[in-house]
Amino acid sequence: MRRIDGPVAFRGGGFAPRARGWAAAATLIGLVLLWQALEMAGLVPTLFLPAPLAIGRTLWALTLSGELWKHLSASLLRLAIGWTVGTVFGIAVGLAVGLWSALRSPVMAVVAALFPIPKIALVPLFIIWFGIGEGSKIATLGFGVFFPTVIATAGGVDAVPRGLIRMGQSFGLSTWKIVRSIVLPGALPAILTGFRVTTSIAIVLLVAAEMIGAERGIGAFVLAAGNLYDMDALLAGIVVLSALGLIVAWVIGVAERVLLRWR
Amino acid sequence: MTQPPSMSAAGSGLRLTLRGIGHAYRALTVLQDIDLTVAPGEVLALVGPSGCGKSTLLGIMGGLIAPAAGTVEASGSVADDCLNPVTYVFQDFALLPWRSVRDNVALPLEPHLSRAARAARVDEVLALTSLTAFADAWPRELSGGMRQRVGIARALAVRPACLLMDEPLSALDAQTRTLLLEEFAGLIARAGITTVYVTHTLSEAVRIGHQVAVLSRRPGRVRALLRIDRPIEGRRAADPDLLAMEERIWAMIRDDAATAERERIDAPD
Ligand SMILES: Nc1ncnc2c1ncn2[C@@H]1O[C@H](COP(=O)(O)OP(=O)(O)OP(=O)(O)O)[C@@H](O)[C@H]1O
Ligand SMILES: [Mg+2]
Repeated sequence: MRRIDGPVAFRGGGFAPRARGWAAAATLIGLVLLWQALEMAGLVPTLFLPAPLAIGRTLWALTLSGELWKHLSASLLRLAIGWTVGTVFGIAVGLAVGLWSALRSPVMAVVAALFPIPKIALVPLFIIWFGIGEGSKIATLGFGVFFPTVIATAGGVDAVPRGLIRMGQSFGLSTWKIVRSIVLPGALPAILTGFRVTTSIAIVLLVAAEMIGAERGIGAFVLAAGNLYDMDALLAGIVVLSALGLIVAWVIGVAERVLLRWR
Repeated sequence: MTQPPSMSAAGSGLRLTLRGIGHAYRALTVLQDIDLTVAPGEVLALVGPSGCGKSTLLGIMGGLIAPAAGTVEASGSVADDCLNPVTYVFQDFALLPWRSVRDNVALPLEPHLSRAARAARVDEVLALTSLTAFADAWPRELSGGMRQRVGIARALAVRPACLLMDEPLSALDAQTRTLLLEEFAGLIARAGITTVYVTHTLSEAVRIGHQVAVLSRRPGRVRALLRIDRPIEGRRAADPDLLAMEERIWAMIRDDAATAERERIDAPD
């Protein structure tokens, strides 16, 4: 036997992570400052890795000369078109797969077979199919975005409670109305989570596609800088890509907060 | 609570007639030879042991399940503004979590009414169910009782001629249950809506039913059909006649219920 005597200790803390925007920003800024400090202390040779200040100066020069915007605008356009095409088709097919058993197994088999193929390996094929110009680049992005979107959407549809769909039927709502007002909003959280994945995939594929037969675009710019061993320019291009990724993630975060505020 | 003039239209209403209803899920026969009639404006309370097929029967009545045998007929005249003659109220409320109370209630009106007409009807049924103050709340912000009020408001918004309620109060606590039952009984009686009310709680059945159908354990058949000839409004829970009726029903289903429960434990399906 054991005697217990005293106040009950609190043990209900933790396991409730919350997002802290300032901590995210502080970490990134801190890492850049640390990097700059290491360079200035001479611990990292600048040939090995250029300092943030040098990269910043290069970026600034590229901005002033209009060179940056020339490449960035081309990339953004491809990104927007390619991602949108892949997303629209992906959501449509994902919905169809989630709703009709006739399509489910056949389409999912095709998706499972094609999803793991690195789309970069298919770029030469896309060039033959869609031409060396914009067509092949947009196709690379579109295909890369399409498959994960199908999977995310179909999963989201499966997660919509059947009882809600029965409710819609019990009020005599049309199939289209049920899809629009019950299935799609119910699948939206999963679809938005999918966006986080597909936007990253799109940026990776964009750069890869632009490294083959493109004169403009961040990928082409990075490739050219790499060939000349112009490390400042190379890193400047990479910083732009990283910033692009950050901005896109932030936009999706805002969209989630607005669209899913009911949660 | 106020009574809207358009919902008191007398002389109309739906008669629900079930003839020889039978149903099976694969090899499992759940319903056999069910004949029931619910007269316009009457409430049929449906009781029976767990798993005897009450929800299945209600699904058949509402056209959500195709019966293996028999027919369900709804006949009578419905008001011109009735948008869904036979309307369900769900045990788990079935509210869309991404829509506010107001928009949940408006959902079944959207294919039929203009924005302005919708808003008017929604405001009216929200007032009827004492939800006006919560019109812009999310479902997650509501208590269980209020969520089912929303379920009722949504059902009333389409001006149903027939309500099918599957244990609408069973997810709620006892106090809320008693209060809401009074409320529902008043709303249904005043609007003269033909109603089938499935419940496990016998006191609810005798409180709200003009008829109480007692189903046997699976395969469910109508084991007894009792009439309670007194108006629903004004019935008192402590009424000795109703309590006696409750006793009788309980005596009928006690053995069945116990056996059904044992079977559930022996062979969980
Ligand atoms: N979709 C289904 N597929 C197969 N079996 C089912 C299905 N739905 C119900 N059943 C079975 O049919 C029987 C009757 O189910 P039902 O839900 O109609 O009973 P119930 O009387 O409403 O039960 P409870 O009182 O527990 O709600 C149960 O044994 C159940 O397991
Ligand atoms: Mg049931």
